[in-house]
Amino acid sequence: MTLATVLIVAAALIGIGLYGALSQQSFVMLMMGLELMLNGGLLAVIGLWANTMGGAPEGQLLAIIIMAVMAVDMAIGFALVTAVYRKRQADVTESLTTMKH
Amino acid sequence: MGLTDLLFLALSAIAIVSGWRVFATDSMVRASFLLLLSFVAVGLIIVMLAAPYIGVATIFMMAVEMMVMALFMVMFMMNPAGLNPMMMVHQHRFSIAAGVLAFAGLTATILFTSFPEIPVDPAAPIVHDLGIELLGPSMLIFETAGVTLLATMIGSVILSSRSGRFGMADQGSRPPGLELDGEPAGRQPEAGGGHHHHHH
Repeated sequence: MTLATVLIVAAALIGIGLYGALSQQSFVMLMMGLELMLNGGLLAVIGLWANTMGGAPEGQLLAIIIMAVMAVDMAIGFALVTAVYRKRQADVTESLTTMKH
Repeated sequence: MGLTDLLFLALSAIAIVSGWRVFATDSMVRASFLLLLSFVAVGLIIVMLAAPYIGVATIFMMAVEMMVMALFMVMFMMNPAGLNPMMMVHQHRFSIAAGVLAFAGLTATILFTSFPEIPVDPAAPIVHDLGIELLGPSMLIFETAGVTLLATMIGSVILSSRSGRFGMADQGSRPPGLELDGEPAGRQPEAGGGHHHHHH
């Protein structure tokens, strides 16, 4: 378990998450892609903290900030999905075209 | 190859494979539990990386978050119970290319960067240090995260409530006149006085 292997696992999670966020039509599946990318980011932060910072506590603080971002992302994301569904009866990204052109 | 390496390999395989299956399964509820599995595997890797507090907190937080996610999945489910094959994707080739490119680029960066090697001292009181840091020098950052979560709660209630707190934003409002006691400027309120019997 070297730093490089941990970071490569994190990069794989970020790549899969990016694929999901770009390819999924359903809003909720799109958000799962975002969560997977944050998952990879969290792993990368802790991997770097454990191997290059000598255990300085500020690195763990950054991980806690990422966890707060995850919570905010999900809460606001679901609130937006609910609001859009209430206004438009839409639950796929294709039905939102007002921002096009 | 020691036991630690084997465990790390197994956990990272679980994290990556279940992360990929999230987007390949037919049922959206199953997808959220696969994402939970991926998070638990990453949490255990984080525990192995000498950050027990963050790892355990990730597992607990994600267990709750994915339960909520599963509820939303049921609400917005395309394909009840995953009985039919489901593949709801757009720009599929582009997305695969972007994901592979991101992975390749990050991996190349990792392999060609020389990181400093200052590992954590195994005897260091990690969790104690984190606690002192959170409630000491970095308290403002920690509190800012708390206030952000409060703002998130308020924001999500406002966004998801039916039409704001007091009905539509311009309901019953009259724009001021251009001159004193003049006609209201701009768009007129709806004629007929229909809103008179709607006062609650």
